[in-house]
Amino acid sequence: MDAIILQTLNGLDKGSAYALIALGLTLIFGTLGVVNFAHGALFMIGAFCAVTLQRILSLSHEVIDESRKDFLGNPLKVDIPYMHEWLGPDLGQAVINWSVPLAILFSIPIMIAVGYAMERGLIKHFYKRPHADQILVTFGLAIVLQEIIKYFFGANPIPTPAPPAFNGSFDFGVLIGADPFTIMYPYWRLVYFAFAMILIAAVFAFLQFTTFGMVVRAGMADRETVGLLGINIDKRFTVMFAIAACVAGLAGVMYTPINSPNYHMGMDFLVLSFVVVVVGGMGSLPGAVLAGFLLGILESFASMAEVIDIIPGINQIIIYLVAIVILLTRPRGLMGRKGVMEE
Amino acid sequence: MTKSNFTRRGVMKTGAAAGAALATPTIFTGAVWAGAHTGFTNAPQGDTVTLGFNVPQTGPYADEGADELRAYELAVEHLNGGGDGGMINTFSSKTLDGTGINGKRVEYVTGDTQTKSDAARASARSMIEKDGAIMITGGSSSGVAVAVQALCQEAGVIFMAGLTHSNDTTGKDRKANGFRHFFNSYMSGAALAPVLANAYGTDRKAYHLTADYNWGYTTEEAITQATEAMGWETVNAVKTPLTQTDFSSYIAPVLQTDADVLVLNHYGGNMVNSLTNAVQFGLRDRMVNGKNFEIVVPLYSRLMARGAGANVKGIFGSTNWHWSLQDEGSQAFTRSFGTKYGFPPSQAAHTCYVQTLLYADAVNRAGSFNPCAVAEALEDFEFDGLGNGPTLYRGADHQCFKDVLVVRGKENPTSEFDLLEVVEITPVDQVTYAPDHPQMGGAEATLGECNPGA
Repeated sequence: MDAIILQTLNGLDKGSAYALIALGLTLIFGTLGVVNFAHGALFMIGAFCAVTLQRILSLSHEVIDESRKDFLGNPLKVDIPYMHEWLGPDLGQAVINWSVPLAILFSIPIMIAVGYAMERGLIKHFYKRPHADQILVTFGLAIVLQEIIKYFFGANPIPTPAPPAFNGSFDFGVLIGADPFTIMYPYWRLVYFAFAMILIAAVFAFLQFTTFGMVVRAGMADRETVGLLGINIDKRFTVMFAIAACVAGLAGVMYTPINSPNYHMGMDFLVLSFVVVVVGGMGSLPGAVLAGFLLGILESFASMAEVIDIIPGINQIIIYLVAIVILLTRPRGLMGRKGVMEE
Repeated sequence: MTKSNFTRRGVMKTGAAAGAALATPTIFTGAVWAGAHTGFTNAPQGDTVTLGFNVPQTGPYADEGADELRAYELAVEHLNGGGDGGMINTFSSKTLDGTGINGKRVEYVTGDTQTKSDAARASARSMIEKDGAIMITGGSSSGVAVAVQALCQEAGVIFMAGLTHSNDTTGKDRKANGFRHFFNSYMSGAALAPVLANAYGTDRKAYHLTADYNWGYTTEEAITQATEAMGWETVNAVKTPLTQTDFSSYIAPVLQTDADVLVLNHYGGNMVNSLTNAVQFGLRDRMVNGKNFEIVVPLYSRLMARGAGANVKGIFGSTNWHWSLQDEGSQAFTRSFGTKYGFPPSQAAHTCYVQTLLYADAVNRAGSFNPCAVAEALEDFEFDGLGNGPTLYRGADHQCFKDVLVVRGKENPTSEFDLLEVVEITPVDQVTYAPDHPQMGGAEATLGECNPGA
């Protein structure tokens, strides 16, 4: 029972990341009809916004400490962050420690700008081209973006810790009367899950309760009629692309304390997020979220030693296996509707 | 406006086709080995000799590859009489005098392994065929090392392995033309087990997470056997996919067992992520069987330790070499490298630098670039002054035997390079094994015949 609770919790945070990326992918599918293989790269760029802010806040100058020696026996050069000088060591360090949450604000304008530039500069030229062209150009873009990140940040993962207040784990076991230290769950993963829920709710509220969102939904259902009503739907779809980029970017920012970001983290999530979209039902936003969490949890359960003992290798194929079963039994995915994106 | 004719099937079909096209490895057509010189492949003709440095310049181990390349450039500089000479001054063999190798000035070409076996073979092959490389060296993965070693055997050139830790490189996949200076999984197990028993006691239950590939298997086997011999029990050993980034679903089940030690047979990004996840899940704060829960990382790399940040503090592992060693050779190398590049060298840089000097010295002693003559000069060669104390290049399997370092993540690092402290230098006798040891492929493992090519 403990193991089930634990793996469900585990699946939730992984599912959160899948759901956020798949949500953005579906928004872009639904509005622009583009298969965006560069969406994982947006997640990665978001993560590197957090890394960049951490570096900016940690900018420092060298002070030579004559009393200590470096590895060559020369006087040691000690880096003193400007933050420590401006705000004092305690407050200065606190600001540096909180760089990941602060990066949420930092990343929003960057991600909107990146999304806007990507859509206007490249993707809009491919709206009427075959999907194979779209896949190739966005996949190529993803490779270019990750190589740029690697050029500036190197190939190794960069530690981007959560604020010290969120270090450690929450003992769920004690809460439900089980033995202590049997159901532990890191605080930051709880934060990530809560953040994902808020972000998903915000996107749905935006689409559901604003005029802008109403027009976008109408455009997704019948682009031609909305155009005939004299509404410039293309402009709104560009804004939706920027919003989708922002959602992926924020998912990346908050993910950095969970796993140290590296340049290929976007690709790691991209393929699975596509499966999530297809399983959820193409064009269905609730489907993307549901499938994200469902597959995250299933992946967690499939990684249990007891399960692997029975079916070796199941952990590596479970998501694809479920995708096949769902597509065979429900060809439109879990929540795909008839007529949406079908010939 | 046109209505999108977007379909699930269409997307999946085009996606699969694009993916398959991108994933297809380059297929090499059968070019003939170009060894039309005098009796062996790529015999140097003019007054220069070309070495081929095959390192990961792109891909996940690119930083490690960059450090290897720095070391090779430094070695070439020293062999050609530049710089301060580095370890040439401390090397026990005195044939290297700054006039190149065998009187020929050293030049080099580089290839990018991408940490992919097929790409590594293609770049090695190109350096041999097109650039006339007489020797290939480098790499940061055992899969690549085994693949390139087999290619060099076939081509008739010497392969001086870079960072490769799997038993198989000089175990079941050993080759007459291949040589390894780096230590291996067996040695890690033999060096670590007594230190672990001493620090954590002999009554321990270990849970292994193992990277699902060649190196992971040999490391798990080595550590399991060595720790069980000390009295530890292995509770479980779970394979994790090499592509895994979030290890939470593998770490969480550890909480449900009575294991009190977690052994992470992971390297590179896998190690950084699994260790970070394990610490996040509070494993190190845990008390099991009345003991503190402990984590062990059998193969440490400073470059990887940097990625894991503060999570490495207090965690035991093993390493081939560390720049903080106080022997004359290590200090000479650290000084040369640090002066040229501004930071201390990694263990990958060290082994690559040493391999280049060892090759050059073997050619000088043999008086020939013929790979079979060089191999003979390297076999059972005993040397010192290269940073690991007295060392033997064993003829039976072409593996170097030397002291092994047991290290621990430092509690109070003074810089981003000062992450590990050496806790014990395990003497060579304790890590030596028979050439036909079962972990090394048993009696069936043979070097085969030396191939001079041509």
